[in-house]
Amino acid sequence: MTEHAICVVVNGEQRRLRVEARRTLADVIREDCALTGTHLGCEHGVCGACTVIVDGEAVRSCLMFAVQADGADIVTVEGLGGPDGTLSSVQDAFREEHGLQCGFCTPGFVVTVTQLLRENPDPTDDEIREGISGNLCRCTGYQGIVRAVRRASEAPGPDRPDRPGPPGPEGTR
Amino acid sequence: MTATEHTAGRFVGQSIKRREDPRLLTGAGSYVDDVVLPGMLHASFVRSDLARARITRIDVEAARALPGVHAVLIAADLNPGAGSRQPSMFQGDAVPSPCAPVPLLADADVRFVGDPVAIVIAQSRYLAEDGCELVEVEYDELPPIIDAELAITETEHLVHPELGSNVAMSVPTPADPTLDEIFASAAHVVRETLVQHRHTNVPMETRGVVAGYEPASGELEVSLSTQNPHEARQVCSRLTGVPEHRVRVVGADVGGGFGQKFFLGRDEQIVVAAAVKIGRVLKWIEDRRENLIASNHARADRITVEMAVDAEGHLLAARLDHLEDCGAYPVGGTGGVGPFVAMLFPGPYRLGRLGFVSTAVWTNTCGRGAYRGPWMLETVAREEMLDLVARAIGMDPLELRRRNVIRADELPFTTAMGMELDHITPAETLEQAVEIIGYDAFRAEQRVAFEQRGTLLGIGIGLYVEPTSMGSGSLGVETATVRVQPSGTVTVMLGTGSHGQGVETTMAQVVAEHLGVAIDDVVVVQGDTASSPFGGGTGGSRTAVVAGGATREASIEVRHKAVEIAAHLLEAAPEDLEVEDGRVFVRGTPTRGVEMSEIARVAYNSPAELPEGVAPSLEATVSYQAPPITWSNACHACTVEVDPDTGLVKVLRYVVSEDCGVMINPMIVEGQIAGGVAQGIGGVLYEHLVYDEYGTPLTTTFLDYLVPTATEVPVIEYGHVETRSPTPGGHKGMGEGGAIGSPPAVFNAVADALALRGAKVTAQPLTPTRILDALDAT
Repeated sequence: MTEHAICVVVNGEQRRLRVEARRTLADVIREDCALTGTHLGCEHGVCGACTVIVDGEAVRSCLMFAVQADGADIVTVEGLGGPDGTLSSVQDAFREEHGLQCGFCTPGFVVTVTQLLRENPDPTDDEIREGISGNLCRCTGYQGIVRAVRRASEAPGPDRPDRPGPPGPEGTR
Repeated sequence: MTATEHTAGRFVGQSIKRREDPRLLTGAGSYVDDVVLPGMLHASFVRSDLARARITRIDVEAARALPGVHAVLIAADLNPGAGSRQPSMFQGDAVPSPCAPVPLLADADVRFVGDPVAIVIAQSRYLAEDGCELVEVEYDELPPIIDAELAITETEHLVHPELGSNVAMSVPTPADPTLDEIFASAAHVVRETLVQHRHTNVPMETRGVVAGYEPASGELEVSLSTQNPHEARQVCSRLTGVPEHRVRVVGADVGGGFGQKFFLGRDEQIVVAAAVKIGRVLKWIEDRRENLIASNHARADRITVEMAVDAEGHLLAARLDHLEDCGAYPVGGTGGVGPFVAMLFPGPYRLGRLGFVSTAVWTNTCGRGAYRGPWMLETVAREEMLDLVARAIGMDPLELRRRNVIRADELPFTTAMGMELDHITPAETLEQAVEIIGYDAFRAEQRVAFEQRGTLLGIGIGLYVEPTSMGSGSLGVETATVRVQPSGTVTVMLGTGSHGQGVETTMAQVVAEHLGVAIDDVVVVQGDTASSPFGGGTGGSRTAVVAGGATREASIEVRHKAVEIAAHLLEAAPEDLEVEDGRVFVRGTPTRGVEMSEIARVAYNSPAELPEGVAPSLEATVSYQAPPITWSNACHACTVEVDPDTGLVKVLRYVVSEDCGVMINPMIVEGQIAGGVAQGIGGVLYEHLVYDEYGTPLTTTFLDYLVPTATEVPVIEYGHVETRSPTPGGHKGMGEGGAIGSPPAVFNAVADALALRGAKVTAQPLTPTRILDALDAT
């Protein structure tokens, strides 16, 4: 099957890849980039486990072909914390509030919430629940997740890698 | 003073943050689909799209010819020589009923939509699925058995013709004149048929396996999404003939299970057998459609309950008539849950006598499997029935429960089914839950809201006792190895299979508490048969009690040895020593002490310095046998508003008051409860696995099978009553309870709201359509 050359920036690193047209962005992130934090929970765009940030928007990488991402700037869950393993304010809030159990849906939630707080740094409770309603979690009953979003929205920003203030033109830090 | 008392509560009982979290939050977890091995091939299944048919021809030539396809295997290739695949606890004479012979790949017949017919193995998942498209299967279609009621009497069309009947199990009622007499003379007899519909586990990570056999070493290595690695290892060994000591099963991070990953599934077995057959590493990751149609289904029951009540509302007796739909191939011997339902039906109440009949049937549907409280129909049926009884005799359902609930001064209490209840607090949790939710105030508000605005508010209660850590066979035992390394750090090895419960954290808390070391110096290793003692896995609400008991006892044994060595080094009496933060010191003179690292150095590297008679090394392995049942209990209470125009239900408040004994980590306890509650809310209101009359599943995506989202689950409020169990740590299991108490609480709240308008519901799910139909019928 014909392969196409694409060039993407993933977590700040430029990658030149050759991909079949039918391969999803999720599979290319997981297999070609070896970034296995992006998970596949349904492969039909409902559960949100595969959420990544593409050019400043949270997207389901299972519903996007990799060739559609040619030229894009992509941030996955691996790109949110510090390189030394420091948790981002969102990741730290999930830990503090027990916002995860099995952890499978977690990367999708963390990415979704990171982008949600960039777009709406001070959400109401209803906006929090609405903002994460496109992601499914089967373990937590969303209790700790909702609390974590609230905590992260109240966390101080400057020293946190994922709270850079207003998004830049590409929507990434 | 015992070795444990003086540090009690430093770690156990604290909401310590989970050590699993950093890796899971940063994408550094290791789930089965993250396993990539050299030369690995990928598998995909060809599945039946008919519910019942005879296979007349399979043509795999086109698929085999596709570039990139390595092999296409059908039953004739894979099934011959496969060993016994029943759960290990059912080996030998202990074959469960119901038990249908299940082929690896479907051979002559397919018996449900999703039945695996062929496995295609290729260089990539994409190519394997391409190959599946090219496999041609021809069938002679047969009339399927889909309706469990019709299955009982059907004699011509059988799911398993070789078994001679669709009835998988039948428990008849023995004649009971005393029971008949109670019913004949009771002031009230209330009878209703309740239906709990088919829904299922839905872990966010589907099932998956990577299996590879290395002929040179004779070793079979299996990475698996599993709750129970040692069980999977035994089955893999029997299945393939590879001796058990040559099989290694690793379940690293596991993305949820709720019972689905406790036994090794048929599809995973096929992949393991195929990997051995082709001599290559083989990966299969189930897709969501497969998970919804072919992993396992649960909760498909109908039960008729008849209750005899005296004039004051005392429960005199009950009769149950239960019908269970097992599907075609119940998973892991699950099925035939009726006797458990009857055994537990009296729950936390003084119910005088019980009679029951139970029937389980085969149907041409996905097999029944374990789902968080597999017997929980007993709580659903009893608690929903109590509300119906209360309504029938004109008593508030809370008052009815208060009159019948077992009180502290009646313990130990032997139920009508001979179960001895003790160390439980059903009356206390009932009162705590109704106090938190403000029961009386809500009743007043409900009345005013209805009378003034026609608003339909409702309140529901679900009260239960949970038989946790049921100690039958291997499930009653766990073994822990607690090892202090030469550096003084500690590794704990357990046969558990954590899949979200935070076992790496809770068991480290137990060790830190009882060994007397810093929790950061403890690492828990589990989920790997190569590095852990034999264990029964994580499921059945058993880890805190059974693994916790073994871990505690092993920690204490190591502590005693460390104290003995320290006493010798310090020239002090062992009884004068304390252990804290990895240091053994003389009580009252903290400067006179020795670090655990120094004790370990002596134990491993300088045996000459050891006291006489003390063996080198600093570790202990202890097996703990739990009692037959460790009871926990809880009361769920919730309020809802039903929109009479749309039929939509909004859960307003949700309260759980629970008693799981000594909590190891309250944060994790509440997290477990919350997840179960969300599953109960989903089960009652949204989740439904639907088959059409031809046996075609209609709910094959998350667009059709509705898992609740953050907008459907309210804030959950908790109350805790802590009553020690008689087990070593005083813990009780609680992993399943959230999903046991919630369905009747939600159902009763909706029924309570509908009763304002004289409407009645007796079957789930409570979809808008069902609710509007009930309101229209009044």
